[in-house]
Amino acid sequence: MSWQVFAQSLLFGIFVGGLYGLAAVGLSLVFGVMKMLNVAHGELLMLGGYATFWFFSLYHIDPFLSLLPSAFILFLIGLGLYKGLFSPLAKLHEEMKIKNSLLIGFGLSLIFHNLAIRLWTADERSVSVLYSGWGFSLFGLRFPFIRFSGLVLATIVILALHQFLTKTYFGKAIRATTENWESAALMGINIEKTSMISFALGAALAAMAGTIVSIGYAIHPAMGLEWTLKALIVVVLAGLGNIGGAFVAGVLLGAIESASTLFVGPYMEVVGLIIFLLVLELRPQGLFGKSMG
Amino acid sequence: MLEIEKINVSYGDLQALWDISFKVEGREIVALIGPNGAGKTTTLKSISGLLRPFAGKIKFEGLAMEKMAIHERVEMGISLVPEGRGLFPGMSTLENLEMGAFTAKGRSCKDETLEQVYELFPILKNRKKQAAGTLSGGEQQMLAIGRGLMSKPKVLLFDEPSWGLSPLLSKVIYEVIGQINHSGVTILLIEQNVRTALELANRAYVVENGRIVNQGDSKQMLNDQHIREAYLGTESA
Repeated sequence: MSWQVFAQSLLFGIFVGGLYGLAAVGLSLVFGVMKMLNVAHGELLMLGGYATFWFFSLYHIDPFLSLLPSAFILFLIGLGLYKGLFSPLAKLHEEMKIKNSLLIGFGLSLIFHNLAIRLWTADERSVSVLYSGWGFSLFGLRFPFIRFSGLVLATIVILALHQFLTKTYFGKAIRATTENWESAALMGINIEKTSMISFALGAALAAMAGTIVSIGYAIHPAMGLEWTLKALIVVVLAGLGNIGGAFVAGVLLGAIESASTLFVGPYMEVVGLIIFLLVLELRPQGLFGKSMG
Repeated sequence: MLEIEKINVSYGDLQALWDISFKVEGREIVALIGPNGAGKTTTLKSISGLLRPFAGKIKFEGLAMEKMAIHERVEMGISLVPEGRGLFPGMSTLENLEMGAFTAKGRSCKDETLEQVYELFPILKNRKKQAAGTLSGGEQQMLAIGRGLMSKPKVLLFDEPSWGLSPLLSKVIYEVIGQINHSGVTILLIEQNVRTALELANRAYVVENGRIVNQGDSKQMLNDQHIREAYLGTESA
């Protein structure tokens, strides 16, 4: 195998890994603040993808432009889901909270999955824009325009999120709540409101990932589970609640999976899971997480 | 200013507080003393809203507070410097202080209060960009107190401010608590070191097994036979 084949598949892995990262960041944000695991995160990503698909098919809105409207729709759906389903769990003990959130999440994912089949059929769809064939070459490597811009866009979203979390008062309140919610409440931070906004923000981030997936790849009603799984692997790799690390870990997972196809072919999915188990066993705080003392 | 009327608190089936009642007047320093597990921390947590009494009343400046959310009590002027400091370890010293000023009132005079906190604890200014988790124990306690001041509280609750500190540092912390009180902030504190607490406070309540068993002027308590034997480790004078 030439180095070029290897480098090219590594590059494609990085492109898709950026999306793993973006999907994981939303999950991580929600877990950090609420200590709840929303396993319907992948379905929210799927809905975001469909939102972009329909914006394009019905109104001819360029998918890159529908990133924000799609995110906004999922933000509102996130608000509704939090108010209706997740907010009553907030008062529970930590262990009960995570167990119940898993049950609700599994139920939600079934509902969204089947709703999507009913409404939009089980067909695979993707947004095919006029410029989908564009691309450029660099060092003998092929950079398809839509995948490359997908990664750039994902990076911009993460940087914007980082700015929000480190520079604004509300963003800092989200981080404070993640670190110690009791102390955060003692500072006068409204935990209920912070949780609600964080959950909706997590849904919006899922939608943005879904949008980018619908442009460079394909969407279908059953895609949720695989994306939740990827996001979970990445979150564990990065360390629970570690938002910056999640993006890096996503890119890393994408690159490793993609490079491993050259060696183990169709078993690339297994590689991710093996890494997941190894990290859980050897470094449960995550690659970038701090040891819990 | 702060009136606690017959509060009862339980953890599941286990009742921790039984009809606890006491008062703190404006500008006072009041100490709660008693053995470990007596219910002192539970009392402070009930006042700040981290725990909900199943019976009893908590009034602050005449207003019933027992139904209010934690953050609403902070807005009203009650601030707790919690047990074990409760810092945000991954956030910088400055960010921790900023979080202290999260309330509308705190935010409106943030820069001014920040200067006052730096005046009390100059070391915090040098450490402002450093993650709180990397500070020394003494610096962390200073940060926790500074952060508690940032909301411009009317009453500041301290849960074991000298926890884990050397006697020398404890003395510094206690001097600062005195200064904070002089500037007009009412103080309610819990302390393992009973002598230090009684020397600083105006009045004290003794909590044992979830009940208030004794109360009085703290200077008189220093000479009280029972207190001396049980808490100060000295024979009668």
